[in-house]
Amino acid sequence: MAELTTYRESVAEGIAREMRRDPAVVCLGEDIGAAGGVFKTTVGLYEEFGPVRIRDTPISEQAIVGAAMGAAMTGLRPVAEIMFSDFLACCWDHVANEIPKVRYMTGGQVTVPLVIRTANGGGLGFGAQHSQAVENWAFAVPGLKVVAPATPSDVVGLMAAAIRSDDPVVFFEHKGLFASKGPPAPPEHLVPLGQAACLRTGTDVTLVALAATVPTALAAAERLTAEGVSAEVLDLRCLVPLDMRAVLESVARTSRLVVVEENPYQGGWGGTVASIVADEGFELLDAPIRRVAAACVPLPFADRLEDAVLPTVDTVAGAVRALAAY
Amino acid sequence: MTTTAETATAELLDWYEQMAVIRRTEQAAQDLFLAGLVKGTTHLAAGHEAVAVGASTALRDDDYVFATYRGHHHAIARGATPEECLAELMSKATGLCGGKGGSMHLTKADRNMLGSYAIVGAHLPMAAGAAWSAVLRGSGQVAVAFFGDGATNIGTFHETLNLAAVWKLPVLFVCENNLYMEYTPIGSVTAVPNPAADRAAAYRLPAELLDGNDVLAVHAAVATAAQRARAGDGPTIIEARTYRQFGHSRTDPGKYRPEAEVAQWLARDPLTLARAALADRGVPESDVDAADQRARALVEAAVAAAKAAPEPDLATALTDVWADGSAGWRS
Repeated sequence: MAELTTYRESVAEGIAREMRRDPAVVCLGEDIGAAGGVFKTTVGLYEEFGPVRIRDTPISEQAIVGAAMGAAMTGLRPVAEIMFSDFLACCWDHVANEIPKVRYMTGGQVTVPLVIRTANGGGLGFGAQHSQAVENWAFAVPGLKVVAPATPSDVVGLMAAAIRSDDPVVFFEHKGLFASKGPPAPPEHLVPLGQAACLRTGTDVTLVALAATVPTALAAAERLTAEGVSAEVLDLRCLVPLDMRAVLESVARTSRLVVVEENPYQGGWGGTVASIVADEGFELLDAPIRRVAAACVPLPFADRLEDAVLPTVDTVAGAVRALAAY
Repeated sequence: MTTTAETATAELLDWYEQMAVIRRTEQAAQDLFLAGLVKGTTHLAAGHEAVAVGASTALRDDDYVFATYRGHHHAIARGATPEECLAELMSKATGLCGGKGGSMHLTKADRNMLGSYAIVGAHLPMAAGAAWSAVLRGSGQVAVAFFGDGATNIGTFHETLNLAAVWKLPVLFVCENNLYMEYTPIGSVTAVPNPAADRAAAYRLPAELLDGNDVLAVHAAVATAAQRARAGDGPTIIEARTYRQFGHSRTDPGKYRPEAEVAQWLARDPLTLARAALADRGVPESDVDAADQRARALVEAAVAAAKAAPEPDLATALTDVWADGSAGWRS
């Protein structure tokens, strides 16, 4: 069996591969240089590429993302790190008003090929302001591509696609997955944006998941096998472009759908997935669509409380079980 | 008015004509707005012409300019025609942004005028980023952010000054201090008398406080700052005091400004000052009048052409979200 690598190491590996092939790729963010990032996701980049291309910044999220935008409009391919995705709120003007709108509002005069990387999601007991899964924030903004890998290999492949994209990409790295291991990405690995991966085939129900809910969904599916329920698991990998063809094709096979999302139920991306299936795939369904999402509260600190509001293997298995029996 | 020996008389006459074109374009924009032919809102820069023309003529053609929603003058100073500006204001297909931007977002990217931004202060870090990019590419370009006095109290101003100072970026921060943050005197909401220049010391940046209605003074200060920036000596803050001749936006008559103050600034109209400088240099008044006439004819033709231009094709509402020209977000 080949050596495994971590999701965390794959972040640096994915960036390094692109920096080696394209001198226009530069990184900026807080503590990303000699410190290697607070999550150690940029370890080795400073040593290999030096302080000109790996640039430490002050704690100035607007300056980080705004400067990345200006650099992207003028020939670079910046990769900006926002340490915790909750901090996107500090530069939300640039993320929601400037970067995604400038191409459209100038009639296509400029492009903004940048990546905003950010550590997203809960499960590590960081409390309300360092734990939120906010992929639905980005998903609500036309003009942003939204990526959220679940495996080390996908981190590398999607990082390549994100950095090479001529469009702005928000790249959510899940904090709860940093220590997870998987096969390393093969050389030249590229995962095109907007292609879901079918990680497990099944006949009774489709589970649609993203980032940290992928292993949750897989574990639930595994558990249900013993109960005679055959679940298919789709990893969306991207929210924009959203691979609804893969979802609808899967639902055509299984006729049941459970969406598993970590962002709050209120305004979560699963609502859009469910509405499209209801609009375009109603005849495919033999049961109502179910969404398993985080509770609509800020994330609590205590493990016991945090576990109670995030999707778990138990809650997903419970939802699937009920749906299979519908 | 400042006399700069290096500024040739012919050049100054050309700058006067550029300012006259901007003035006439702004007057046309106001007239078209009042006639119902310009929708939404406008923020006119009549009175600010010397800042745009003085600065632009001191820059290289490939330098980057970022402007605010009060930015018509910067678009024109960087090479946008009155016709493509007015067509944009009038929601026409021939507008600078094909009718998808409007008055607040005039952009002329092929001249490196990289946009007009309507969230106060948002473009300051963009200019820093463009300057950073110029350094990394070794292009020798500088970037200029023009902004109003009101922007000096928003976070991006301070974040950007610090970053640009620490990174020693070739970026110029040009504050058009027209004394009013929308309807409120800037002095009544700001801790220091000179909202941009007085903040420079906090970032150990040099600052120039100058008469923004004097095109020669603006030109000289921007030329010096650009030279510093290109030499690797970092950013400069320039605070150009000026005055808007219309209200903040739309139909605002600007009644919150004392009449004496308005009269005093109108007497110091940048075009009047430039005329006086030209007279000092012995330029016959008829030459200046001829420049005015050319500006008038250009803008009249622009208005006619913009009025006659077609509306945008409906299909363009769903283009250019993405770099490939599309707007698709799902399969």
